[in-house]
This record gives sequence, structure tokens and C-alpha cells, in this order.
Amino acid sequence: MPRIPWRRLAAGERRWAVLGIAIIVALWEAGHRAYGDFVLPSPLATLAALGRLAADGALGPAILTTARDACSGFLAATLAGSLLGGIAGRSRPVRAMLQPLATMLIGVPAIAWVVLSLLWFGGSGLAATFSVAVAAGPVVFSAATQGTRTVDGGLRTMARAFRVPAGAMIVDVYLPHVLSYLLPALGTALAMSWKVAVMAELLSGTGGIGDGLATARAEVDTAKTMAWVVVVVALLLVVERFVIEPVRRYFETWRRGLPGEAA
Amino acid sequence: MSGDGLVASGLTHGFADVAVLDGVDLRVARGAVLAILGPSGAGKTTLLNILGGLLVPEAGHVDRPFVRPTFVFQDPLLLPWRTARGNVAFGLAGKRLSHAERHARARTMLVKVGLGQSEAGRYPHQLSGGMKKRVALARALAVEPDLLLLDEAFSALDVGLSREMQQLVRLDAQERGVTVVLVTHDLSEAVRLADEAVVLSGRPGQIVARLFIDRPARLRDDAFVEAEIRRIAALEVIRDAFRPTLSG
Ligand SMILES: Nc1ncnc2c1ncn2[C@@H]1O[C@H](COP(=O)(O)OP(=O)(O)O)[C@@H](O)[C@H]1O
Ligand SMILES: [Mg+2]
Repeated sequence: MPRIPWRRLAAGERRWAVLGIAIIVALWEAGHRAYGDFVLPSPLATLAALGRLAADGALGPAILTTARDACSGFLAATLAGSLLGGIAGRSRPVRAMLQPLATMLIGVPAIAWVVLSLLWFGGSGLAATFSVAVAAGPVVFSAATQGTRTVDGGLRTMARAFRVPAGAMIVDVYLPHVLSYLLPALGTALAMSWKVAVMAELLSGTGGIGDGLATARAEVDTAKTMAWVVVVVALLLVVERFVIEPVRRYFETWRRGLPGEAA
Repeated sequence: MSGDGLVASGLTHGFADVAVLDGVDLRVARGAVLAILGPSGAGKTTLLNILGGLLVPEAGHVDRPFVRPTFVFQDPLLLPWRTARGNVAFGLAGKRLSHAERHARARTMLVKVGLGQSEAGRYPHQLSGGMKKRVALARALAVEPDLLLLDEAFSALDVGLSREMQQLVRLDAQERGVTVVLVTHDLSEAVRLADEAVVLSGRPGQIVARLFIDRPARLRDDAFVEAEIRRIAALEVIRDAFRPTLSG
């Protein structure tokens, strides 16, 4: 009797990911059978609804609009958050001033930002961008501050002793350390950006996946709603897998084999 | 570019009202080698940092007519995210050199300290303590300093390697007329390399002895070094200076 290579099977991470998704789909199907079409349409019906959305030509523009809203807000959050965080990490007074502000902003529910930005910017596309930026910015800021603050003093002294120019100081001494704080925060911020963008679109009705969700709700079309949810989740997964993960890998090659790090 | 060399007068320093140095005077002629000896905690590192301009003393003055002072620190202080080669190249960041030239120089210097192609591509956490020390030495020598400050640069190396590295520093310094200040707790290192050695001891640290080693460094053979160590170790001041560390 051939022995089952359990270890090898267990080592294939992709298999486990597939298994996880299979379990979710199975539970979904079971829920559908228990509660019926109206509460939870079957995965197949959802897929069909998704197909209709694509055929209508509604899917592509919606994804583009949401991507634009999420990415513009995320970019603004990243730029402002990193810059201010970097300064705050180096300057105690600036930190003392901005840190409580960031904590306060993090405490404001994202939906409150959406409502406020709709009041401020009306139906223009700016509302979504602003909501995203102001929700994600403080997260980036906090990580950048923490990263900059904890740069090894010995390495800074060394760089000073070698009279290294400011550019090399930032790129070679500060950045690699700060990135180990910043990259996980950027991952969180990017996921947050998609969600807040969808939320803002839902309320503003200026197109995008959120607008699609609002329409589906108005039509009381649960399958369509589920289809839009699947689109958002799929986009998040794609971004995570093909943007965040490769970037993280690229910047952290040097960590391989460090104690406590997976090879 | 003439000048007297390194001159320090009345150096006094402390950390959080603990006095570490008290009225230290030093003079190192251009191209000469000075060794700073002393027990652990005597303030050797503090003194070296003041001499190199990394620390401003509470009182006293340092005259430092050099353009490129460079350090080998007691901890290697390598960038964890750069390879050995990248770390040596980083020391050259202030020079007007292309990226390729910097890395070529780094490779050459790493070979001089006995680190080949495979070690050059490794990250600090993949190197042994002695290898890290040699990377730090290569980084310092690569910038072609005119003042070289070594803080226990040879201490994590085994005897043979330590001798080799000392030789490298001596030849490099002689060839280019580098002024060297080295901190060590190893008497033989001082006797092999230095023209003059000062002993720092007490709390706060003061210079308790100045020793001159007259024979030119290249003519010091093992017999000379051994005889000189025995002579110095027998001196009353030296035994007194190192006694505190023996008892606690
Ligand atoms: N940054 C610092 N802050 C506070 N105390 C320090 C600092 N650096 C050194 N010291 C203290 O100064 C004394 C001398 O230290 P150091 O110069 O490193 O001695 P050595 O190099 O001779 O062993 C020690 O007692 C040490 O604890
Ligand atoms: Mg020391």
C-alpha cells in the first residue's frame, strides 16, 4: 500500500487556499438550500448575475471608477501619511502635536467621513477620494512615525561618521527600516481604501461598484448584490496577491534566514 | 594639509552626571599611531568618539586637521538590509563615484580583508562576528581615510586573523601616511602597531601612563613584541590601572 505523503501535501500552500475557498462555497451552497433564493442566492445564480453584469457593460466601468476612487485616495493617504509621519518620527514637538490628531481621526467611523465629504464635496467624484484619504491617512501616518522613530541610533551615528549625503541617509538607513513598519500598514490601508470607496459611491451615486450595489438594493435583486460583493472581494484578493505581496517580498529579501523569519 | 596632527586638550565628559573622562590631553603626530589602552568602562570608546568628532565634550578642545576621518566601531554597525558588499559601498556614498565603481572598490577591499565573492553577497546576519568586523574594517579602509579611528577592531577575530588584519592596517597606514588612533585591551596589539600608547584608567578616566615604543613597527618581530609586553606588564602603573577589572 503506498504511503500517503502527508507532509508534502500539507506543504502545498495553494492546496490549503483552494480548500478554504471550497469550504466557503460549500457553506454558501448549504445556506442557499436552507434559506432559499431570496435570502441567499446560490453560488451559481450569483455567477450568472455576474455574467449578466459583464454582458451589460456595467462591470468594467464600475471597476474602473472604484479603482480610481480607491487608488487616488490611497495615493493621497500614502504621500501625506508618509511625509508627515516621517517628520513626526524625527521631531518630538511635531509628533506630540500630530499623534493625538491621528488617533482622533482613526476613531472617526469611515461612514461618518463619507457623510461629511458628501456634504462638503457634493456629488463630485472628489467625495470618495477624500473619504478614502482621510480614513486611510492616519493609519499610514502612525506606521511611518513609529518606523522613523525607531531607526537604530548606532546606524545613524555610523552614517554620520562616514559623512554620507542626505539622500543615501534616507534611502539606505531610514527607508528599509521604516518600510518594515510601513508596508503592513499600506496593505491595511489599501484594503480599507476599496471598502471606503465602495461605501462613498453607494451613498453618492456617482458610479462605481458602490453605485451598482445601491441599484441592486433598489431592485431588491439579491443575486446582483452578491455578484457585486464577489467583485469587491475578488479585487481585494487580486490587489493583495499581485501588488502588496510582491512589493513586500521585494523589500524584505534581506530578512530571509533571519531568526524568527520563515525561509 | 600640514598641521600638527590630532591634538586634544582638557577633554572632560560625562553621561547623566556620571563623570567618564576628566582632563584628557593627547597629541598624535600626522602619520603616527596612538593606542588607547584601559580596562572596560574606562571611557575609551567615549574618548575615541570625541576625538573623531561624533561627540562634543563637556569641556576641552580637539584640533582635528583632517579631511576624511573614519571609524571602525566597537559594534560593527552594518546595515542589516545591505550585503557585505553593499555595506562597504555605503561608506563610499559621499564620494563622487558611479554605483559600479563603488561596488568594484568594495569588492577589492573585501578581498583584502579575506572575504571572497560568496561572502561579499551575504547579509550581515549570515556572517560570523569576525566576518562582520572585517566588513566594518573594509568599509573604513575603502574610503581612504587620513585619520583612522579603530575601536577594538580586531577583538572578535582569532589570533591568526587578528595579526593579518593588524598587518593590513599597518601597511595601509604607512603607505598613505594615515594617522591612526586605536582602542584596545590587547597589549600585544598596541605593541605591534603603535608608536605611543596611553593608558586610560580610573573613574572618571584619566591618562595614567604614556608609553613609547621606539622601534619602527615594521621591524618589530615576535621576540621584540614579547619582551616589550613583559616590560610593560611589569610596570606598577599598568598593573594598578587594570586591577579594578580583575577584582570586579
Ligand atoms: N551613551 C551613554 N549613555 C550613558 N552612559 C554611557 C554612554 N556611553 C557610555 N556610557 C558610560 O560611560 C562609561 C565609559 O564607557 P565607554 O567609553 O564605552 O568605556 P570603554 O569603551 O572603555 O569600555 C561607562 O560607564 C558607560 O556605562
Ligand atoms: Mg568601548
